[in-house]
Amino acid sequence: MIAVPRTRRFFGKSVGERRGGPLTYAVLALVTVFAILPLYWTVVAASRTNADISKTPPPLTPGGNLFSNIREALDQVDMFKALLNSLVVSGAIALGTVFFCTLAGFAFAKLRFRGSTVLLVIVLATMMVPAQLGVVPLFILVAKLGWVNHLQAVILPTLVSAFGVVFMRQYLIRALPTEIIEAAVVDGASTFRIFRSIVLPAARPAMAVLGMLTFLTAWNDFFWPIIALSSQNPTVQVALNSLGQGYVPDRSIILAGTLIGTVPVLVVFALLGKQIVGGILEGAVKG
Amino acid sequence: MAKTSTDTEIGGALALRAEPVAPRSWRMRRTKLDQRLSPYAYVSPFFLLFIAFGLFPLIYTAWVSLHSVTLQNTDEMEWVGLDNYTRLLHDDRFWNAVVNTFTIGVISTVPQLLMALGLAHLLDSKLRGSTFWRVSLLMPYATSVAAATIVFAMLFGRDFGLVNWFLGFFGIDHIDWESGNWTSQIAISAIVTWRWTGYNALIYLAAMQAVPKDLYEAAEVDGATRWHQLRHVTIPGIWPTIVFTIVISTIGATQLFGEPLLFGGAGGHSGGADHQYQTLGLLLYEQGWFNFQLGRAAATAWTMFLIIIVAVAVNALLASRGRSAFTLGRKAREA
Repeated sequence: MIAVPRTRRFFGKSVGERRGGPLTYAVLALVTVFAILPLYWTVVAASRTNADISKTPPPLTPGGNLFSNIREALDQVDMFKALLNSLVVSGAIALGTVFFCTLAGFAFAKLRFRGSTVLLVIVLATMMVPAQLGVVPLFILVAKLGWVNHLQAVILPTLVSAFGVVFMRQYLIRALPTEIIEAAVVDGASTFRIFRSIVLPAARPAMAVLGMLTFLTAWNDFFWPIIALSSQNPTVQVALNSLGQGYVPDRSIILAGTLIGTVPVLVVFALLGKQIVGGILEGAVKG
Repeated sequence: MAKTSTDTEIGGALALRAEPVAPRSWRMRRTKLDQRLSPYAYVSPFFLLFIAFGLFPLIYTAWVSLHSVTLQNTDEMEWVGLDNYTRLLHDDRFWNAVVNTFTIGVISTVPQLLMALGLAHLLDSKLRGSTFWRVSLLMPYATSVAAATIVFAMLFGRDFGLVNWFLGFFGIDHIDWESGNWTSQIAISAIVTWRWTGYNALIYLAAMQAVPKDLYEAAEVDGATRWHQLRHVTIPGIWPTIVFTIVISTIGATQLFGEPLLFGGAGGHSGGADHQYQTLGLLLYEQGWFNFQLGRAAATAWTMFLIIIVAVAVNALLASRGRSAFTLGRKAREA
């Protein structure tokens, strides 16, 4: 759809109300098609037979084989276990990250303590540390603890995030008046009591956004899970790795498996997209 | 609870000002201690977990890289000095991976950030359905590397891929994307670009919305077109964010792993029959988890770390020059 500018300022259009012209919408529509097309084609191919998608021209609408393909994909990889494991891993990481980041964000936003500025700069700097490159000692450590192939191996190392700390700090600075905290101190409340009774309720919207973003990132994490886990106890990404690197010749079945591993997060994302986008915009400003 | 004057004094101590409030009772001392120490307790989980699972393993990688360690027996570490490094530097596969990582990094990062900048510029105006545009642009980011790569590997398929079918309309013969040197790297870059362009556009959009509006008004009074505004107001205004995304993308590109691993299907860790798209991340994975040589993998990881430091430094240098180019341009225009 093309929007026609309805109101124009007397003296040309003002910048604050700079409107997108037809070209803007055309370009955005094109880019959106590119963004959605691979996902749409996954649905098309996963719901047809292998013979169907090998035709020229290729089919561009969904067919009726989705469920039989999914059933066959589930025979190849244990996607139910993978989904359950991913739910446990991503849920635990999201809960831990939200709790620890809110706690740290509260301290950085509302408590004054010696060295707080330096510590905050260090938090920001950790975003630039390629922690992934520590994979060898991390694996040795996990092997020593006997955690290889156990979910705690992928949960524990990602239980905090620098982004989360900065994000919660930003939110609390804006959303929580310092006077309320000062009043609570006057009433004799301990710092943790203040955190529990004042900060947590006030931070709830930001905690929800951080939780969703963290869940998404944890769900999609790839490198460390395929090293620490195996197809015996996989997360969704580990299962997709076996599927993609395996010897299933049937492309529609591979895509059906990919679809069930991806659809849960994409649906959640589409439903809560507005909040997630808002969170990224919010967290990026000071990034 | 009754508010007394001493309570108020404790209230003032929240900010830990140097006011000498002598602790007069056990309760007051406890409160003071709580206020002094709690902040450290609250930020400590972040630092402890980061040190344990981020910083320590990274640094310890250097130590492991001086040993021979096998995957089967991680308890036995045999000192080999710099052997792993000399071996690495004399390995053609290593240099091949360096070149591949660099080319894929450039052809995925540069178009991606430029497109993101343009998109953000378009999004930074009054739009109908702005949430719809933003959410759909972010759908690729929500798709996992594994899923995206499986799908793209088929889209880039030689015989039945949608890409070749589309190119057929322009008279281009079926391209064997996977087996070619450049073609495979372009396809892999397409996956990276697809997943990250929208996300970076939102990061830029956030920065653009923080640029003072009166700068645009002044530019408009000067008769600047939208293109001029982008070049002379927006880009200098969001420069720190641009540098940030360049640095983060550089770090990400150096560690590129999932896309090349899954692009080749079975046996993807070797990066194609001729290793034509084996990146450093894949080489590390192959050394450690297919050849079972964790010491060599650690040497590769530490070398990658040094490469990242150099790459980030070079980019930061270029970025500071780039900024002065933009600001010089603006000054010249103002003069």
